[in-house]
Amino acid sequence: MIKLKINGFDIEAKQGATVLETAKENGIDIPTLCYYPDLKINSDCRVCSVEISGSKNLQTACSTPVKEGMEVKTNTSKVYNARKTITELILANHDTNCTTCSRNLKCELQDLANTLGIDENRFEKVLEMDEVDNHNPSIYRNPNRCIKCGRCIEVCKDVEGTYVLENQGRSNEVKVAPKYGKYLSDEDCTFCGQCASVCPVAAITEKDDSQRVFDAINNPKKHVIVQVAPAIRVAIGEEFGHEAGGQWTGQLISALKRLGFDRVFDTDFTADLTIIEEGHELLERVKTGGTLPMMTSCCPGWINYAEQQHPDMLDHLSTCKSPQQMFGALAKTYYAESAKIDPEDMYVVSIMPCTAKKYEAARKEMQINESIQDVDAVLTTRELAKMIRSQGINFNNLKDGEFDTPFGITTGAAAIFGATGGVMEAALRTVSEVVNEKPLEKIEFKDVRGFDGIKEATVELGGNPVKVAVAHTLKHAETLISQVKAGKSEYAFIEVMTCPGGCVGGGGQPYGTTNKKRIERIESTYRVDGAMQIRKSHENPTIKKLYDDFLKEPLGKKSHTLLHTHYHPRHKKT
Amino acid sequence: MPEHKMLTKRIGDINPLSIKDAMEKGSYKQFKKALSMERIDIIDEIEKANLRGRGGAGFPMHIKLMSTAKQEATPKYIVCNADEGEPGNFKDRYLMEKDPHMILEGMLIAAYAVGASRGFFYIRGEYDQAISIMKWAIEEAKEKGLLGKNINDSGFDFEMEVRTGAGSYVVGEEFAMIESIEGKSGRTRVKPPFPTDEGVFGMPTLLNNVETYCNLPFIVEMGGNNYKKIGTPTSTGTKLISLSGNITNPGVYEVPFGTTIREVIDTLGGGVPSDRKIKMVQLGGACGPIIPEFMLDMQIDYERFEEFESKTGAGAIIVMDDRQDLFEVLLRIVKFFEHESCGRCTPCREGHVHLEKLLRKFFKHDGTPNELYSLESLARVIHQSSLCGLGQSSPISIISTLGYFRNEFHDRMAFDGGEES
Ligand SMILES: Cc1cc2nc3c(=O)[nH]c(=O)nc-3n(C[C@H](O)[C@H](O)[C@H](O)COP(=O)(O)O)c2cc1C
Ligand code: SF4
Ligand code: SF4
Ligand code: SF4
Ligand code: SF4
Ligand code: FES
Repeated sequence: MIKLKINGFDIEAKQGATVLETAKENGIDIPTLCYYPDLKINSDCRVCSVEISGSKNLQTACSTPVKEGMEVKTNTSKVYNARKTITELILANHDTNCTTCSRNLKCELQDLANTLGIDENRFEKVLEMDEVDNHNPSIYRNPNRCIKCGRCIEVCKDVEGTYVLENQGRSNEVKVAPKYGKYLSDEDCTFCGQCASVCPVAAITEKDDSQRVFDAINNPKKHVIVQVAPAIRVAIGEEFGHEAGGQWTGQLISALKRLGFDRVFDTDFTADLTIIEEGHELLERVKTGGTLPMMTSCCPGWINYAEQQHPDMLDHLSTCKSPQQMFGALAKTYYAESAKIDPEDMYVVSIMPCTAKKYEAARKEMQINESIQDVDAVLTTRELAKMIRSQGINFNNLKDGEFDTPFGITTGAAAIFGATGGVMEAALRTVSEVVNEKPLEKIEFKDVRGFDGIKEATVELGGNPVKVAVAHTLKHAETLISQVKAGKSEYAFIEVMTCPGGCVGGGGQPYGTTNKKRIERIESTYRVDGAMQIRKSHENPTIKKLYDDFLKEPLGKKSHTLLHTHYHPRHKKT
Repeated sequence: MPEHKMLTKRIGDINPLSIKDAMEKGSYKQFKKALSMERIDIIDEIEKANLRGRGGAGFPMHIKLMSTAKQEATPKYIVCNADEGEPGNFKDRYLMEKDPHMILEGMLIAAYAVGASRGFFYIRGEYDQAISIMKWAIEEAKEKGLLGKNINDSGFDFEMEVRTGAGSYVVGEEFAMIESIEGKSGRTRVKPPFPTDEGVFGMPTLLNNVETYCNLPFIVEMGGNNYKKIGTPTSTGTKLISLSGNITNPGVYEVPFGTTIREVIDTLGGGVPSDRKIKMVQLGGACGPIIPEFMLDMQIDYERFEEFESKTGAGAIIVMDDRQDLFEVLLRIVKFFEHESCGRCTPCREGHVHLEKLLRKFFKHDGTPNELYSLESLARVIHQSSLCGLGQSSPISIISTLGYFRNEFHDRMAFDGGEES
């Protein structure tokens, strides 16, 4: 333990802790802007400046490790003046228009200005307006609100290994922008939205589709249905003041009903379906000597990445559409037929933890016919929370609702899709029983759980040991890919999720998502699974019925047209 | 006689393009002597000599040597900082153009002392002539077996190469230079770790100024205790001064620490031409304090300069006579830093623009008391909270003049009697 003083109080701290962490643990908040848990510390904003004995200049609390005997002052007028001046400087070069800004009341800069009591700015506005980037369906960039904190660069580079964004230029002309070209769509951007999730202000956000959804809801001709991804129910409560680690399925359903959706369905249903199709695809590949390892295809960020960076690997991708798209395709065929609704009049909305899903939904390959997309609009958890608030719905007072049929009965296997390793575990539960033709002794595959970047497991299939692997973040996926390329991959099946922790940590999840929260959401996910009556996809009775009534058989003709897809190389970097 | 020629003693006598000539006049003798010494003893002599960095920050050389030497990771690197991008400084160019082998010898001694195997000589891109001279000197040293494998049969290997900067001032900062050597854009890093722990490519790296290295052969030759006799008890040795501005004889002069600024200006520089009076003098370079005439009797040493919350800088003295307008001078300085800021940290990136705007008000006789306060507080915040030395030192000129020339700010207020309340 290290002994130091903060603001005159004696404090003990762990070796290696920073002044910022130590102060926080002891009830002293030091404001920050560029610091973000789990990201490399750049100390660029200087907002966390404090006085530290022995140095004349102020030091940044986020980057300074505690030392024995150190005396820290966080509340002197020198410190206050520096923070205030720095914040005023930022505001003088910022498109400050809070009331008409998507981050209003959810903005770290606004918070900071408010905490510091800035009621006027001594400095003249120097902002030169720059063009915004709204050239893709997922991510909206407004450089006029960028405070150059560098978080997006770090997350894209260090966490994802995608190197899309960079600092350009110098002096006060510095810009944070795509490396090549002007727009994100000129780039190999996967639209994962991790940048949007860490941006402290409204400089990178999801493209807001809530108005389109309201318009559909308010259009009496449209039958508007909504699907919710597994990762939403373990996160949405955080938008309404709850700690991470809970689950809010019932309230979420009620909120969606109050918003005016005609039917509220569960993407978990098509997650189960994905397992059936993908499981059979794997077995088919093994049997017929198809391309192995097979790699999962439910993460659209990963699909974008594979198409951009590894066009020679596309055969490894499962041809299964993601659960979101399978849902849309079935809604506008199977459900439309049975409910006697013209698919033209049906509007499918999905609530996703993900910004890349917006891109996926807009893909040409993802349509029923030339004029009808599987899915019409995708909303992130954050957009949904905003819509709920805007309609005066008091989320915390809602009674639990229930999903509508037919896409409402689901399994524990589908519930864990939201966690890294979840798709793999769900697949293993089904594939083992199908191949071994006897019930699993242990239904939980703990080897593929947890937050390690790469996890592996060996399972017995028909008497043979089969190795599988799971990676989350593209940086870790890249390790597995290079093994495949070098002909050294031992795996039959690989799960890849772009976002840290899997979809629970997606780019559209509530602001303030950290690895700690991701882990809590993952644990909650496994609790949801544990509490389910049916925990294996192939035991889902509505899935069985779907095959009996409509699809006939896994990988059959209907499945092929509705539930499977193909991929295209599309490398942008020059 | 204020001059004390040590580093500059043979300048003029030797041919910078001939290693043969340099060796005949003593070059590499001290390096060979060092090769026969224990590494720790070399560092010990440098500690006794109390040699401090000549590139601006004045950090004790032996501490850096020691921490690089005791690192176990290899390879270790050494870097010579010859970026000299700060207006008013030209002494490193002088050394490179006139006596390249003295610098190489100093670097070899340091490299041997810390166990470095590769050196980078980072020269400002505009210094064409210095670049070709240094490259030539390195070629000649290679031919003589003073660079390469198993130098002088000592088992010591050392390679050296010249790198050139792309005209940005901030790459002179040590970490920005290291990033640039690694092929990245020249922006600083967060410290710690320091370069001696994780420098070039994450390896232990010793980085010093040209002039700092040049002192090593002399310390090896005369021993730390003798070296220490030059200068003042706390600032030992000599300092090269780049003297410029309104001065009769501008140029590079070598003086022992403790010499007064007035001696340099009057005795060596021949005073201000055409009977003008000195109005102010900027010390160190564009990032240094501006002091009034009555302070010129202050001594050149590290301690006195630190009172200005500034370091000695690289040893520039820029003389300005009574025709110079303080605000024109300040504006020029601020615009320089505004342009050179790497744009990484907020106070420096965003602050200089507003320093310029505020100064411009006073320049146009249009300042207000509030603007004076804003200017002062902004200058202090940039100084206290910037990430690297650029922002930390760029407002020193403003801060110092707000002290010594405050009435000029008052005189430039929008209306008479613009008293601070
Ligand atoms: C913006 C900036 C520019 C600098 N430029 C130079 C330079 O041109 N030459 C130099 O030797 N040191 C320069 N320095 C100082 C270096 O960071 C470093 O302290 C110095 O090279 C260390 O060598 P020394 O200990 O021998 O002085 C600069 C520092 C800053 C902050
Ligand atoms: S980003 Fe924040 S500070 Fe800027 S306009 Fe939006 S809410 Fe206001
Ligand atoms: S969406 Fe993902 S890939 Fe694209 S810039 Fe943001 S972090 Fe990088
Ligand atoms: S876009 Fe957002 S995260 Fe990226 S540098 Fe700008 S403010 Fe920071
Ligand atoms: S002080 Fe200026 S030059 Fe240094 S890191 Fe900050 S912005 Fe860059
Ligand atoms: S939060 Fe510490 S410098 Fe930005």
